[in-house]
Amino acid sequence: MRELYEFAVGPLAWGAFAVFFLGSIARLVAMYSLAKKKDAPFLSYMSWRYGLRSIGHWLVPFGSLGWKENPALTVVTFIFHICLIVTPIFLLAHVVLLDLYHGIEYPTLPEAVTDVMTMLVVAACIFFAARRFFNRTVRYVTSTQDWIVLAVVFLPFATGLLAYHQVGPPLTMATLHILSAELMLVAIPFTRLSHMIFGLFTRAYMGSEFGGVRHAKDW
Amino acid sequence: MGIETRRIEDAGLARGIERLTPDRIAETFQALLAGETGARLKTYVETCVRCGMCAPACHYCISHDGDPSYSPVGKVRQTMWELLRQGGRVEPRFLADCAQIAYTECNLCRRCMHYCPLGIDTAYIMTVVRRLCSKLGMTPMYIQDTTHSHSAVLNQMWVKDDEWTDSLQWQEDEARAEFPDLRIPLETEGVDFMYSVIAPEPKFRTQLIYQAAAIFHNAGCSWTMPATPGWDNSNMAMFSGDFEIMGRVERYHFETAQRLRVKRIVMGECGHAFRAVYDVGNRWLGWKMHPVPVVHSIEFFWELLDQGKIRIAQKQPGPVTIHDPCNVIRGRGLMDKLREVVHALYDNVVEMTPNREHNLCCCAGGGVINCGPPFKNVRIVGNKAKADQLKATGVETVIAPCHNCHGGLEDIIHHFKLGMKIKFLGDVIYANMERPAEA
Repeated sequence: MRELYEFAVGPLAWGAFAVFFLGSIARLVAMYSLAKKKDAPFLSYMSWRYGLRSIGHWLVPFGSLGWKENPALTVVTFIFHICLIVTPIFLLAHVVLLDLYHGIEYPTLPEAVTDVMTMLVVAACIFFAARRFFNRTVRYVTSTQDWIVLAVVFLPFATGLLAYHQVGPPLTMATLHILSAELMLVAIPFTRLSHMIFGLFTRAYMGSEFGGVRHAKDW
Repeated sequence: MGIETRRIEDAGLARGIERLTPDRIAETFQALLAGETGARLKTYVETCVRCGMCAPACHYCISHDGDPSYSPVGKVRQTMWELLRQGGRVEPRFLADCAQIAYTECNLCRRCMHYCPLGIDTAYIMTVVRRLCSKLGMTPMYIQDTTHSHSAVLNQMWVKDDEWTDSLQWQEDEARAEFPDLRIPLETEGVDFMYSVIAPEPKFRTQLIYQAAAIFHNAGCSWTMPATPGWDNSNMAMFSGDFEIMGRVERYHFETAQRLRVKRIVMGECGHAFRAVYDVGNRWLGWKMHPVPVVHSIEFFWELLDQGKIRIAQKQPGPVTIHDPCNVIRGRGLMDKLREVVHALYDNVVEMTPNREHNLCCCAGGGVINCGPPFKNVRIVGNKAKADQLKATGVETVIAPCHNCHGGLEDIIHHFKLGMKIKFLGDVIYANMERPAEA
């Protein structure tokens, strides 16, 4: 188990981050060149002003019609995404690891706070799963990939929580936590998690069309 | 639940099924993907997280108690996702179902974009499905007929060249009883604007040409109509998916205006026409924006009132409500000007909720009403949401500055026994403007 842990925090971590960063960049570059080649008449309407305006409105909870009419989903979605991104970056144990291996130091969030944030991510995943099951529109359009993707996001946080609270054998839990986190990183560029890299662009394009051409709101 | 439970007999789709094979569909689909679609389709399909937030956006979905197969994402699931999953190798029956969904259960009204956190353009995806169906001859019969009409005579309703000018002269004659020196100028070069109408006007709403001419005459406008094809701009080929013909129609339209050397084109009270000229056709032809400035009549009437060229003799008491046509509101942002014009005409205006950019569709546009009688009940039952919205206002008059909205709203008003009248802005301005004799 020790070897597996060493491998997971070492070469595998490098690999996962490399796939995540390089994969994301590659996908963005490929998509941009495809857009230039095939969607040039539409790409030419992209506008920083209207694109950012649209993103801004959608980044505000209840700042758009869609958010307003789905209040529970809105609250959970915002909490989920904020905790999902902020928690791993400012978690004490992660920063300690970074310091240990690479000498990188920066402020962390109190452990009690990150503990709650992790629980919120896990709870949000359970909410999304329930919604996928009980909301008939969502169930109608859900495929296996949607369940896998949800599990891929759920696992690192659930195992992280267990590891932090010393449930189960510590080394096994830590290893599982690391492996599942790496799985998530690798999955981002190549699954629906890619909305992380493409979502801002689709939003910006819609904002540009609505603002620059149609002179109307898109929120 | 799903399209297979609500298939409708249509002669065009029935013939389409007979002529196609999975191989031919796959071949055409692959060619379409390779030749015409790109990053937009790819990112939309891949980025969609299947959250279902778009469901409450769609009037079909709301009107069917949230039936997920009518939700925007549900329609994409039943069409594009499946086509992509199978590489287009689908049975002709499946493609006919795609056609029924894309042509008759989506108005391309773009309301769902206000609900999608990722900005996914479902209307675009449905347009690609229609494009595929059009390329394969799998189109509902009636809408295909309008495309044939555009192809043969460059207008939507088989109006022949002499019938067009004849109708104009007939309306001029009629109007001269009321305004003795009124003209409907034909082929006058270098004037301020070319007035552009849709083919249903000479065909069966000819009084609208009369009214427009009376308003322009009263306002002292310098204008003209073309005597040649290029006058019609409704462009149903845009919605049937026959973009080659759509391009031809738009080219004629712009070139007619350029030949007449007019300063701009004023479009009648139609939403499709405006979308074709302002948003779709111009791009297909390679113009980033339109080569001749284009204004919709909402904006033009607003100018006439604002500049005092038209004065309202008697403001009407109302109450009235305003229907926001998607193609000029979500498509051109004319909601404020529309309100200013209506408020200049009526004392009491009752707003519907939601309204403006968030307004519910009339359920006729996007080519749906043009799919004809077989699908009439689909759009009436599919727009109970709008009927409820109209009813909630408690008024008896709806102002709707769009031909298609008139068609759609008339049907739901009749079916749900709402007892309401629908008026164009031109109807009310014509009836209530100061006349020369009174001025």
